[in-house]
Amino acid sequence: MEPKTPPRRRVRLFRNAFTHRQLAGQNNFICFLLTEGPDTRQFDVMAITITINGAKRVLNDDPGTPLLWVLRDTLALTGTKFGCGAGLCGACTVHLDGKAVRSCTTPISTVGLRQVTTIEGLSPNRSHPLQRAWIAEQVPQCGYCQSGQIMSAAALLAGKPKPTDAEIDAAMSGNICRCGTYCRIRRAIHRAAQGAA
Amino acid sequence: MERRDFLKLGGLIIGFPAALPRQLQAAGGFTPNGWLRIGQAGDITVLLENTDIGQGSWTGLAMLVAEELDADWNSVRIIQAPADPKVYPHLSTGGSGATIAGWEYLRQAGAQAREMLITAAANRWKVSHETCRAEESRVRHQPSGRSFTYGDLVEDAAKLTPPDPKKAPLKDPKDYRLIGRAVPRPDVPLKVDGSAKYGIDVQVPGMLYAVVARCPTFGGKPKKYDTAAAKRIPGVREVFEISAIGRMPNTAGGIAVVADNTWAAMQGRKALAATWDLGPNALESSETLRELAHKQLQGPATYVIQERGNAEQAFAGAAKVVEAIYELPFQPHATMEPMNCTADVRADGIDIWTGTQCAREIKNLLAGFSGLPSEAITIHNQWAGGGFGRRYQWDYPTEAWQISKAAGKPVKLTWTREDDMQHDFYRPLSYHRLRAALGSDGRPIAWTHRIVSTSIREVFDPPERLKDPAGVARQEYGGSEVLYSIPKLRVDYAPLPSCVRRAWWRSVSASFNGFAVESFIDELAHAAGRNPLDFRLDLLRDEGEDAAIIRRIRKILEVVADKGGWAKPAPAGCARGIAAFYSFGSVIGYVATVSKEPNGTIRVRQVTGAVDCGTAVNPDSVKMMVEGGAIFGLSATLQGEVTVANGAIVQTNFDGYRAVRMADAPAIDVHVVNSGAEIGGMGEPGVPPIAPAVANAVFALTGERPRRLPINRS
Repeated sequence: MEPKTPPRRRVRLFRNAFTHRQLAGQNNFICFLLTEGPDTRQFDVMAITITINGAKRVLNDDPGTPLLWVLRDTLALTGTKFGCGAGLCGACTVHLDGKAVRSCTTPISTVGLRQVTTIEGLSPNRSHPLQRAWIAEQVPQCGYCQSGQIMSAAALLAGKPKPTDAEIDAAMSGNICRCGTYCRIRRAIHRAAQGAA
Repeated sequence: MERRDFLKLGGLIIGFPAALPRQLQAAGGFTPNGWLRIGQAGDITVLLENTDIGQGSWTGLAMLVAEELDADWNSVRIIQAPADPKVYPHLSTGGSGATIAGWEYLRQAGAQAREMLITAAANRWKVSHETCRAEESRVRHQPSGRSFTYGDLVEDAAKLTPPDPKKAPLKDPKDYRLIGRAVPRPDVPLKVDGSAKYGIDVQVPGMLYAVVARCPTFGGKPKKYDTAAAKRIPGVREVFEISAIGRMPNTAGGIAVVADNTWAAMQGRKALAATWDLGPNALESSETLRELAHKQLQGPATYVIQERGNAEQAFAGAAKVVEAIYELPFQPHATMEPMNCTADVRADGIDIWTGTQCAREIKNLLAGFSGLPSEAITIHNQWAGGGFGRRYQWDYPTEAWQISKAAGKPVKLTWTREDDMQHDFYRPLSYHRLRAALGSDGRPIAWTHRIVSTSIREVFDPPERLKDPAGVARQEYGGSEVLYSIPKLRVDYAPLPSCVRRAWWRSVSASFNGFAVESFIDELAHAAGRNPLDFRLDLLRDEGEDAAIIRRIRKILEVVADKGGWAKPAPAGCARGIAAFYSFGSVIGYVATVSKEPNGTIRVRQVTGAVDCGTAVNPDSVKMMVEGGAIFGLSATLQGEVTVANGAIVQTNFDGYRAVRMADAPAIDVHVVNSGAEIGGMGEPGVPPIAPAVANAVFALTGERPRRLPINRS
């Protein structure tokens, strides 16, 4: 349901009566107040439901919160990494309906019915061909960017099962690796594409 | 030791312990020394005090222990040892030193345990020690063929008095089963499914989340900010100032915003709308620094680093004089995981969770600040998303300590990318003036090198020590030693004062001196009308106290020239450059192939590397470090830099600081040479020779010599 006014402003209507701590920490309490208030639709504004790795999650976070911070702080799905907060480095890459997006610039209010897949949900037991290829090629060094690299590569292979080097460049250049694992990433993508992992 | 402290993967387990060695000991089993515990099930735990920040050192170091222990590698698990200086000699991870240091004592630790297990078996069988042999986690009595597993022997071995580890016999290299094998790194599987927990992933019960607003100008402080506005953000709990602390932690101070989650803290910080008193450094900029640097290149030296003969005099009789000035900017580490630290400060103790290269230093520092004994401070080292020297700093743990202390709760401090980019400890800004006198045969007869840089010591040393010009220069000249045969030589230094914080950046001064030296020798080759490879080989004479190193450099140049197709024509529109450099005990050479794009930018298409680190403990890790060193160095060679305006770093994120990305990354092939020389480090030496190899290739392609990095300046 679309709120008529920005949700944060509605929350503020209650602020005079309660301290910010009460508002911030006690979502149930807020929900109770909101449902008792004059406009009960605000309950729907506060609780956003999104599907993450196949499971429905009811979220009471601010709707403007980037998906990244909900994954990491609220849901403890810490495989998705914070790198830049501005969609510049790719460390936070997840899938929305199979497409690679930067979760650090994706507010949870915009996810809607699209399925969120994180590195934790890519496969059980590291069985995705890319994960196997990443191990075979010994890609990671510090490893911090690799969740994002693998999610970008997985979205690439889903659309282009046999990518060329140029297609790899185009799909993977949003993901920075400071350790310098690029040539192994490229080899691993080719390996997975050939079904050799 | 509880199972949950380890992450299990196919027999090999790797993780970080909540428990300390004394608790490890209490868990029973055989613990002959601080690096090793063998359980009754034959499970082998190797404890390592170094931090694996992605350089693969844990695998290599555990291989040293397992090699001499004759352990079944599949039953070895690796955990982080606690930062206990009484047990562990090498707690600090830096200077490419983990394998150099551990090469002796970790093999000895394994050998000591092996000898004790053999003794335990021999005692049980009542046979002589010499008739028994260890292999694959078993002791076998050779004449009878009887054997015990290590697990069977744990109880008996634990009762023996450990012999002097220094006297334990070490293997002949020809008998190595593990050393020299490309062993898969056990941390890799944890890093492909998101299960590796980094410092930034730590969650402890009751924890709050914090960010700090810092003045972008170094040395500035808060002027005005709106606490009430920040507190109006849902989830924000507290807003308070933390003070700047000088030398050693070098924290900026600022306004801490503490909240129920990271996003709320970040929104709260934005709402502060802080303004700043910029302090005394607001007029400093890259332009003012450059102007002063050029004066210092021509003025008097404050310190003479190396002098051989009278170089100045030799210039009078030169057939040709060559002179060049090289300029290298500040470089950020820009680790992919921004700085972060979780601290739980209590009256009776402090717990710190963070990925750090210097757990011992943090422990000592916080003991000093808090007045607690250092035993009351526990560092829970975590996987680190890159180090490159940045995690050899004390600033972010100090801030986390300040915030948790004030908040009275455990707090996770997270730096945003902007914080990280603007409050790094950068590679020094450096300028180099090189002059050479060539004789009539084209060989150099004299060489002078003036180094001007923003010295690292100025940031860390007390004023009294900075009165000594040698002390100021101390970390600025590594890598300026010229191993080419040149009769007269002078290397000297003049400082470049700056407000910008700087420190150890992967390969430290070798990264900038290596560029200057290996570019200039290439210039001399061209001035002499010689092939740059032949010119180098001619000047790398097998003489003097560095003869052994010089032989290794020659070999690496020959191998990399051969593998990199130096003698063959480059592909159409491309040219090749070559450089080799010795640092941190290892020699690395590159042949770089470059082209010029239609828009005028330089692109590196192919890099061939050759490496000699004495003994490649894990050749795949060695290759990986050369690949990584080349790419890290390429960011600083081609396009990455930070600049200064108004006493602050201009770049704030990966848009302004342009790291090499997939499309910029060349294909890299690496060739390992095992010279058997004394073992060298691998974390850093891949960096220095890449910039000159590329710059030399650019000259070969365009006739224009890149003397100011990065080459593709925006």
